[in-house]
Amino acid sequence: METPKYVCTGAFSVSSVASCARGQRGSAPELPFSPAAHISSVAFPSLQVHHVTQNGGLYKKPFNEAFEETPMLVAVLTYVGYGVLTLFGYLRDFLRHWRIEKCHHATERKEQQDFVSLYQDFENFYTRNLYMRIRDNWNRPICSVPGARVDIMERQSHDYNWSFKYTGNIIKGVINMGSYNYLGFARNTGSCQEAAAKVLEEYGVGVCSTRQEIGNLDKHEELEKLVASFLGVEAAMAYGMGFATNSMNIPALVGKGCLILSDELNHASLVLGARLSGATIRIFKHNNMQSLEKLLKDAIVYGQPRTRRPWKKILILVEGIYSMEGSIVRLPEVIALKKKYKAYLYLDEAHSIGALGPTGRGVVDYFGLDPEDVDVMMGTFTKSFGASGGYIGGKKELIDYLRTHSHSAVYATSLSPPVVEQIVTSMKCIMGQDGTTLGKECIQQLAENTRYFRRRLKEMGFIIYGNEDSPVVPLMLYMPAKIGAFGREMLKRNIGVVVVGFPATPIIESRARFCLSAAHTKEILDTALKEIDEVGDLLQLKYSRHRLVPLLDRPFDETTYEETED
Amino acid sequence: MATAAEQWVLVEMVQALYEAPAYHLILEGILILWIIRLLFSKTYKLQERSDLTVKEKEELIEEWQPEPLVPPVSGDHPALNYNVVSGPPSHNIVVNGKKCVNFASFNFLGLLDDPRVKAAALVSLRKYGVGTCGPRGFYGTFDVHLDLEDRLAKFMQTEEAIIYSYGFATIASAIPAYSKRGDIVFVDRAACFAIQKGLQASRSDIQLFKHNDMADLERLLKEQEIEDQKNPRKARVTRRFIVVEGLYMNTGTICPLPELVKLKYKYKARIFLEESLSFGVLGEHGRGVTEHFGISIDDIDLISANMENSLASIGGFCCGRSFVIDHQRLSGQGYCFSASLPPLLAAAAIEALNIMEENPGIFSVLREKCKRIHKALQGISGLKVVGESFSPAFHLQLQESTGSREEDVKLLQEIVNHCMDRSIALTQARYLEKEEKCLPPPSIRVVVTVEQTDEELERAARTIKEVAQAVLL
Repeated sequence: METPKYVCTGAFSVSSVASCARGQRGSAPELPFSPAAHISSVAFPSLQVHHVTQNGGLYKKPFNEAFEETPMLVAVLTYVGYGVLTLFGYLRDFLRHWRIEKCHHATERKEQQDFVSLYQDFENFYTRNLYMRIRDNWNRPICSVPGARVDIMERQSHDYNWSFKYTGNIIKGVINMGSYNYLGFARNTGSCQEAAAKVLEEYGVGVCSTRQEIGNLDKHEELEKLVASFLGVEAAMAYGMGFATNSMNIPALVGKGCLILSDELNHASLVLGARLSGATIRIFKHNNMQSLEKLLKDAIVYGQPRTRRPWKKILILVEGIYSMEGSIVRLPEVIALKKKYKAYLYLDEAHSIGALGPTGRGVVDYFGLDPEDVDVMMGTFTKSFGASGGYIGGKKELIDYLRTHSHSAVYATSLSPPVVEQIVTSMKCIMGQDGTTLGKECIQQLAENTRYFRRRLKEMGFIIYGNEDSPVVPLMLYMPAKIGAFGREMLKRNIGVVVVGFPATPIIESRARFCLSAAHTKEILDTALKEIDEVGDLLQLKYSRHRLVPLLDRPFDETTYEETED
Repeated sequence: MATAAEQWVLVEMVQALYEAPAYHLILEGILILWIIRLLFSKTYKLQERSDLTVKEKEELIEEWQPEPLVPPVSGDHPALNYNVVSGPPSHNIVVNGKKCVNFASFNFLGLLDDPRVKAAALVSLRKYGVGTCGPRGFYGTFDVHLDLEDRLAKFMQTEEAIIYSYGFATIASAIPAYSKRGDIVFVDRAACFAIQKGLQASRSDIQLFKHNDMADLERLLKEQEIEDQKNPRKARVTRRFIVVEGLYMNTGTICPLPELVKLKYKYKARIFLEESLSFGVLGEHGRGVTEHFGISIDDIDLISANMENSLASIGGFCCGRSFVIDHQRLSGQGYCFSASLPPLLAAAAIEALNIMEENPGIFSVLREKCKRIHKALQGISGLKVVGESFSPAFHLQLQESTGSREEDVKLLQEIVNHCMDRSIALTQARYLEKEEKCLPPPSIRVVVTVEQTDEELERAARTIKEVAQAVLL
């Protein structure tokens, strides 16, 4: 909590504040994309020749992404806010230490008092003094389908959020802007659930074995064939958990002597998988193709550090939609770079599969590209398909290799049969194989909802991050006090939203996040928008000044990359 | 006066210049020129730097050929072609079209196709649908999850429990939540792969001790103690953990928990216990290895188990004191960053717990069956039984290896295939040979469940005996 340190001294420019904040994550400032400059966002204005970034022809339609700069006053006030919180944190810790204030947190057993402390004190400072104040905004228990509306169990705290009591009341019909129910398949009625119920009665819920031993059911084989045809790849393999799909398969693909180029905002599962693999990891700036190209070029020209041997292979890790930024990967450029430099591409479509593209095939479909150009197509079934688990699709050789070498296939229990059935039926629905146009309508509805909701929020004057087609909509709150206030005010108005702050975001970029769904009707969205408007006025959240800096006007900062070698 | 003296010096210098020999003047002139040259020339380089030209770089890029993304897999790789199970993987199982009695799935208590479990899951499905569409933090916490955590904590008689949506991710996330870089973990050589991955993610210092060898563990602990005395400042912040399994997945043996607890207090190291095989199996009420040895559960810092074996659902849990467990709600990666467990699976686990609580006799039935087949399998020529007599999962290893792992695997696979033909479904224990820290020898894993009748157990033992004789002799 050394926030004051990051308030840069001297000539105080906003971008330098932003860069300080980014420094928290060991990376340099975000390069904002701008709708005002959507022509220049595909055409490079500077004289420097960049093979791919300059090539606007790679995109078939305008690629509009906006990351409006943080207003300077807001940035300063945010730091002041964290400063005050930190000071009070120390004061409260002092009071707790001298038993003036009652200590609520659990303590070590008496018998083990002389053991080395299990936690570092600093680690818990943030939890104790900052998170605890607004803890009621997370883990809100629900007791219904996580559909367009959701029932939330009311809870109270009499000890400043240290513990919660359930009052027994249920807050009914809360508008759900938090669940990843992009296509609206989170339902408890309908054909998917009927099919799942049937399989449940026939198979039971568990499998009690791994794929390689005796847990490979006919259902799994059916699912994998379907996933492969859905993605338009030769073969696919399904796993029981989306997180583990990344963390347990990346180590099978790369190892020592290989290089991983990873986007700075990649999900924790990709980061963990990369670390477990033992490969060298270098980070490029979020969605920044110049940064990626520089790393690629340097990697091939200079080879491995110290030994100077050439890298065995280079794997680029990107996500389709970044879940905290709402940005879409610049896939056409990534593919062009990957081809030029003979690297391999691992695309995590956790949020984009089903939610993007005219036929719901994800980001590849959105840009009208060939799935063969992506070496590893990874995604999850948790979000758009309303189930759980993950998959990897690609060439037959890749999947054969994973079937023999994936950690999941050898050591982890396979997918539950009713869950498999939910995926199969919902996927068939999206593909139109069920004989209805329901899937297509859902995809269209989601796209419309996304554009509408984003446009309206921008008109109201909020700072909204991300791509205009991304169903993940971050609304910037900045100040720590507003995180809690926004979450609570929205719930008071019967709307459930997700608010996030540090460490999930850079310290000054706290935000609220809305996830749109095909299940949201216009009426629901309008109600939500009306309330957001009101709360926005109440909390003074309408920061936008529409003073947008085009992406490429910002200098490309050639700071050295971070390197980890474990 | 001073000026007169200075003038005198100057005159003397001019005089000296006249008097100096010519060669001297020339030499000095050259030296002066040399100094000037040195002053104005660039600093010297240790080596000639030659930056690559753009063209050279392009050539290098053109030249570089990466390895293929994955090496080719031959079509007859033993792990490539999976067995296909049609229908439910319960007591009677159809493997590759053959009807068999299941001696391979970890369905110890036969709850996989229990009608009560199915009914409870169905009720949940009708209420909540299938998926949760979010992590626990963001509207992915369902009332069923809270119920299940409560029930698990009560069942295990601990303060708190936390559930994960994937068995493998449970211990693999729990270890790095506590043990960080610089901490020391003492771990049994036979520890399962999930523990190995958790340790790797923690980046801690790992000390392996011989399987179940307490003397070896104590030796390492002592060495550490001596090390600590040398550097007490560092020792004050170095956490020490002992990670063991209740029943070892790779060996079928039980850990000597009473000795471990003694060592824990003697050397002030915390114990993490992985109970995936022993939870719902050992002890009078199925509480696992602590109950088996009559050890207070509070002496163990963290117990982790999956719900994929005895409970026949999906997912895993950790339990212990709130002081320990609560930390994972913000630091357990597999908990924070993953979608939560589908509610129907949580509901199935709750019902399975109900059944376990209502019929505590089920555990002694299981133990009896284990002992029966264990005894029946003794004395097979060419095969040895590895594992405790009360362990529902144990291994059959070759008494004498052929010398090559590949050949051993082939032989064992032949036994498995013949047993399958004679309607006994078995499987080899599978490992990633290059990834395992200490690769166990190849083996057939036999799993006992309460659903197997005495007659079936006898028949299985007989079949294995006959097939082994035919294959190995």
